[in-house]
Amino acid sequence: MEAIALKDRENQIHRKGEKPFEIVCDKDSLAGAVSQRACVFCGSRVVLYPIADALHLVHGPIGCAVYTWDIRGALSSGPELHRLSFSTDLQEMDVIFGAEKKLENALLELIDRHQPKAAFVYSTCIVGIIGDDLEAVCRKVADITKIPVIPVQSEGFKGNKRSGYKAACNAMFRLIGTADTSNVSKHSINILGDFNLAGEIWMIRDYFKRMGVEVVANITGDGRIDDICRAHGAALNVVQCSGATMDLANMMEEKYGIPSIRVSYFGIEDMSEALYDVARFFKDDPEIMTRASQVIQEEVQKIYPELQKYKKALAGKKAAIYVGGSFKAFSLVKAFRLVDMNVVMVGSQTGTPEDYRELDDITDPGTIIVDDSNPLELTSFLKEKDVDIFVGGVKERPIAYKLGVGFCDHNHERKEALAGFTGMVNFVREVYSSVMSPVWRFVPRKNRNSGE
Amino acid sequence: MTKMPNYISTTNACKLCKPLGASVAFRGMEGTVPYLHGSQGCATYMRRYIISHFNEPIDIASSSLSEKHAVYGGAANLKLGLINVNKKYEPKMIGIATTCLTETIGDDVPMILKEFAKETGGLKGNPLLVNVSTPSYSGTHMEGFHATVAAVIEQLTEKSKANKTINLLPGFVSSADYRLLHEIMADFQNQTTILPDLSETLDGTALLEYEKVPRGGTPLQAIKEMSGAAATIEFGRTLGAAKTGGEILKDKFKVSNHRLGLPIGISETDRFFDVLTEITGSPSPHKYELQRGRLVDAYVDGHKYVFGKKAIIYGEEDMVVGLTSFLAEIGVQPILCASGGKSGRFKEAIAAVTDGVLTEQPRVYEGMDFFDIAEEAEGLEPDLLVGHSKGYPLAKKLNIPLIRMGFPIHDRIGGQRILHLGYQGAQHLFDTVVNSLIEKKQNDSPVGYSYM
Repeated sequence: MEAIALKDRENQIHRKGEKPFEIVCDKDSLAGAVSQRACVFCGSRVVLYPIADALHLVHGPIGCAVYTWDIRGALSSGPELHRLSFSTDLQEMDVIFGAEKKLENALLELIDRHQPKAAFVYSTCIVGIIGDDLEAVCRKVADITKIPVIPVQSEGFKGNKRSGYKAACNAMFRLIGTADTSNVSKHSINILGDFNLAGEIWMIRDYFKRMGVEVVANITGDGRIDDICRAHGAALNVVQCSGATMDLANMMEEKYGIPSIRVSYFGIEDMSEALYDVARFFKDDPEIMTRASQVIQEEVQKIYPELQKYKKALAGKKAAIYVGGSFKAFSLVKAFRLVDMNVVMVGSQTGTPEDYRELDDITDPGTIIVDDSNPLELTSFLKEKDVDIFVGGVKERPIAYKLGVGFCDHNHERKEALAGFTGMVNFVREVYSSVMSPVWRFVPRKNRNSGE
Repeated sequence: MTKMPNYISTTNACKLCKPLGASVAFRGMEGTVPYLHGSQGCATYMRRYIISHFNEPIDIASSSLSEKHAVYGGAANLKLGLINVNKKYEPKMIGIATTCLTETIGDDVPMILKEFAKETGGLKGNPLLVNVSTPSYSGTHMEGFHATVAAVIEQLTEKSKANKTINLLPGFVSSADYRLLHEIMADFQNQTTILPDLSETLDGTALLEYEKVPRGGTPLQAIKEMSGAAATIEFGRTLGAAKTGGEILKDKFKVSNHRLGLPIGISETDRFFDVLTEITGSPSPHKYELQRGRLVDAYVDGHKYVFGKKAIIYGEEDMVVGLTSFLAEIGVQPILCASGGKSGRFKEAIAAVTDGVLTEQPRVYEGMDFFDIAEEAEGLEPDLLVGHSKGYPLAKKLNIPLIRMGFPIHDRIGGQRILHLGYQGAQHLFDTVVNSLIEKKQNDSPVGYSYM
């Protein structure tokens, strides 16, 4: 059989049980390998995107802005400035003579038009090359408009998506510590790394509210500039999606002494654990733990009967997972286990060695673990393992569908809430509605006489 | 006539970037893998954008440049990427398009490719390497698309003996449109080279085995022999700022070039059939007389529902010209024609296709974004919007129907199957427009009519 992977990528794929765990990751994508990854700019843009009362101006040619216009399902309970796509749309002359003046005028025009609470200015590849001084322009505009105007150093080629997360964290860190925190409760947290896709953060906030814990800032789902400015008043940072916002939590711990815990809101197990972890942190008030247990009990009771129904149908089906960050992969492995499904492949775009080691620990022998994969590898894995459902993002969807494999979108474009207790039912329902569809009878994989 | 708004910033652009057009065009050539010379994000973003319309896998390779390449030049990674993509995809051709990053750092791709050929003696399997310059800071995806067609002809077409084929360069239309063009040319019993050809490559069947490079696309041998054709027909009334494929064939090989508008609606389709009759010497097949006759009959049946309704049409310039021609001929009043493109020929083209039909010319603006369009729309009281799915927020705000046409369609299934061209396409357009207006009237009425 032909080798599935290019030689330079072989050490980024591990099959559990074949040899001791070893995987290479966090390296630049191989040229010509059709990586599923994006770039630094993409990393920054997705993290800051949900901050709804800020102006997000992309300084560059039109592509970078237009491909990120309204692409996240991140909802806002108020302003919706984040859903617009602003660009300086650089032209040839701007590239030759520099575009600082254009940037300044664009910022002044947009700030005057929309009256945002702050502005983020994203640097793109080309800005890194022509050398516009973003800091200087932002400082000048901040002076004139009296709002924070913050450069995001997200030149596409300066690393991968993770570097973009870091740049976004650096940008937010400049806001934190600039507002009054005197009325913040001692039982308070910031929610980091939830992006309020399909209203997820509203569910999570509701759980914490019922526990008696105050949420100071959403970072960044349904986020607001004023909240972020006072985020340093919280007692604890609760961090999901460690890849995206862990850097911010670390910086806040260093400067403000705020500890952080890592959680996931996907699946009953991890969601419950997240609430218990927060309750355990506030041990000075045992009532919080009591209420946490109550919330969990109530919520699980609500979803249990429906889950059982799906479990009966789905037991024994095979799942493959390929997601951006590996934290989500852990939860998904557990969530599938809860309905007796088998995970046979799991991978991510930007996992760390620790992440992959953990995946190796929690998966069954024979499971394929892969870093920074590509369409050819993924299709070969799907076929080899005869997968029933593939969990991924938009770029993975047509790969699954073309081969007649079910699919569940677990990326940031989705419009279904998959976090929280309710999210667990939604997730299983999604999986069920794809796996159980009668259309697979017609695809060549199940019926060799049709399709081709 | 009001003054064209002239803002510095761009909000919700009505155009895409140049390499996207190149990627789509390359995707319509036999055995070809599109390859972007730039940072990883460009390829990934464009894949996501194209996939969301076509629901088909599209693998675009990237040279995945990082910071050191941006400083020292991307040649090494370009070459490494070519070797890797060739190894995994075994393509017949690799279509290399530049990006703003590599144009700005000054990579001379033709020279690098020459150097590469000398160093390696050619890649295994001898795939053809073609390249096109597509800096995203000048022009839109349409310039990228047409530049790619021109570059391929310039680099591949050789002198060959006269044959009776017709070269057809349709531009960026749907897969269904490409299939229709094949059918028409076959009905004229004529050998045709359609470049590119998205009929199969971006609307394929369900498969058992993943195709590394999808079947279909313009045969490379046919591209080489376009020099011997009886004539070239190219669609696009706003073409001509850069040298087109048709012009190259005319200048280099003396193949006569017929430039027509996209055949949308009866008038423009009649012109296309007239030219076909003229070139082939055969009369229009009876089948099309019937299609045209039924279409005229339908126009009569539905004319009162649409007469005097005011439409805003936006999108790619040539698509807007075609749609405007169609709307004008059925009695709709186009009031605003807008595009993010800047061909300099848009207004003239609109005037040409509506000459003798419209008593009053619509406002016609190049370089528009959706902020401009929304602002212009105020006070115009449009009854419908016609264009791609990115106009949906405006349609919702104005509470009027959006007739989804062109690219991208990101909020409905089947964008690749929308038929725009020919009498059949016009029939589809007409039914859609009329029914949308009837539906609006029906929904807005409190009576609950079940008979309209």
